[in-house]
Amino acid sequence: MKRGMAFYAQLGFTLFVCAFLIVPVILSILAGVTVNYLSCIQSGFTLRWVYAVWDGYRDTVFLSIGISLACLAGTLILGIPAAYALAKRQNALSRAIEELLVMPVAVPGLATALALIVTYGGFGGFRTSWVFILVGHILFTLPFMVCSVLAVLSAIDLKTLEEGAASLGASFRQRFFHVVLPNCRGGILAGSLMVVTLSMGEFNMTWLLHTPLTKTLPVGLADAYASLRLEIGSAYTLVFFLMIVPLLVALQWLGQARPTKFVADDE
Amino acid sequence: MTETMKPLSITLTGCAKTFADGTRALEPLDLKINAGETVVLLGPSGCGKTTTLRIVAGLEQPDAGGKVLFDGEDVTPLPIEKRNVGMVFQSYALFPNMSVAENIGYGLRLRKAEAAALRARVGDMLSMMRIEKLADRRIDQLSGGQRQRVALARALAVRPRALLLDEPLTALDAKLRDALRIEIDELLRRLGITAVYVTHDQAEAMALGDRIVVMEHGKVAQVGTPRDIYQRPATPFVADFIGTMNRVPGKVADGGFVTSAGTIPWAAAPPQATEAMFRPQDVSLAEDGEAHLRGTIAAAFFLGDRTRLAVNVGGDKPLILETGTRRDFRHGETVALRIDPHGLLSL
Repeated sequence: MKRGMAFYAQLGFTLFVCAFLIVPVILSILAGVTVNYLSCIQSGFTLRWVYAVWDGYRDTVFLSIGISLACLAGTLILGIPAAYALAKRQNALSRAIEELLVMPVAVPGLATALALIVTYGGFGGFRTSWVFILVGHILFTLPFMVCSVLAVLSAIDLKTLEEGAASLGASFRQRFFHVVLPNCRGGILAGSLMVVTLSMGEFNMTWLLHTPLTKTLPVGLADAYASLRLEIGSAYTLVFFLMIVPLLVALQWLGQARPTKFVADDE
Repeated sequence: MTETMKPLSITLTGCAKTFADGTRALEPLDLKINAGETVVLLGPSGCGKTTTLRIVAGLEQPDAGGKVLFDGEDVTPLPIEKRNVGMVFQSYALFPNMSVAENIGYGLRLRKAEAAALRARVGDMLSMMRIEKLADRRIDQLSGGQRQRVALARALAVRPRALLLDEPLTALDAKLRDALRIEIDELLRRLGITAVYVTHDQAEAMALGDRIVVMEHGKVAQVGTPRDIYQRPATPFVADFIGTMNRVPGKVADGGFVTSAGTIPWAAAPPQATEAMFRPQDVSLAEDGEAHLRGTIAAAFFLGDRTRLAVNVGGDKPLILETGTRRDFRHGETVALRIDPHGLLSL
């Protein structure tokens, strides 16, 4: 097959953009495992920096995992019922609430964090606990959960499905758990994926909300880049990748589309 | 298969429905549905037929004062899940997260049926609807006709006290609609279950209903057997909505009905009649000497076994009639018509 100039121009452009995104990642990872970045790869590979990160910042890794899972739990518990209520009642009020929910995404994270500190900073133990960060993260990630669940709920004929279940004798609880939840599984998984990754990588807001004892991974990362060797910062990035990539793959796999559709002819 | 459902009688008294925005969907309605009877609620969209069905089902509450009685027992405050009625929806309402068999067994699962009994009942339902082969399919692998069969099986699996069908065939194409209509008819007669069937299709209503309730603007226009409603429509709306009705303007004089196109002998004509109405099958082509009316052909449609003619006789709309004669008809040709006096009506 003969391909014209346009094809190669597009291919070139695509590869250029990919390189733009991927090369820094590869360089950063390489930097994390070279003995001395300034003298390049000739200096040899080592896992010394990775161990150093693990020794110095292990706690931030666990805290980040903990916060992102707690954040996921929080957004599931708050977000699914919220999306369900919004899907059931389509009126001016529900649309206004939808808009308000998205606010924390539009408002800069720093502003949200400041508002949280000004309002709740005085509550003794709360300010110094990791729960303070969790609250910020839930505020920020909740709209992502609500929107992706709401999108699925609006696409299925929720009202008729529920009426169908009710006609067979299902109570509200049974309808919710047997019919509503399983049918918005795709939206819940997509939302979970976003919530976990956003919470894991959130820096903006966490930078203000954290205390020296409640550093998350991205905060630790900034810390390492700012105050330690470049190699340690890079090794830290590597650790971050090692955590987030398997998580993303696992969640993607869980949410994978079911086999292709096949519609029979009417006889 | 033995069905042990005891048919239910349903009574609505003073059931009106006003929606939150103030629209009156249903004027106060009284309706008695006998045990084992199939009643069809028929009317154009917005006539209140679906609202009536939803009140029977328990999906809507009637306005204060309205009552729904099942076998004389007041069930008005009960929601649908406590009424034990089977419901079939236009959009099927099958659960996409469950297989065909799981859908059919869902009601039994809620009733905590034993696994063996559940399987047996689901098997019976599958074979009753002749869809055994589909048991393990997912819903998105089914055609529309198959989906509606699954929906019927699911609704009947729990041995409901009554079966409520909300335009079950509307989403299907014409040929399938006819086939499934015959199946539903057989099913309802065999089970002897009380059924309420909502449709806007008069052919469906005539075929399925023991009685038809024709509705218009939230009110009942007429209740009767299909034959009653066709032959003795109570209002001009019913006359027009059910089948084709010819209308010719004129006045009554000397035992006949005088129109601009001729005189129709009509001994029983009400003196104040200004319009004679009759069905297409009561009009026939005649020899010149025996003609009641004369008109010119506006259109002729050859349908194979017969020809449908539209004949101008001076009314707003041409008369419609059908004839089995083999001859050709030309546009503008003058024809002579006879009207069977037994078919004449005035409203």
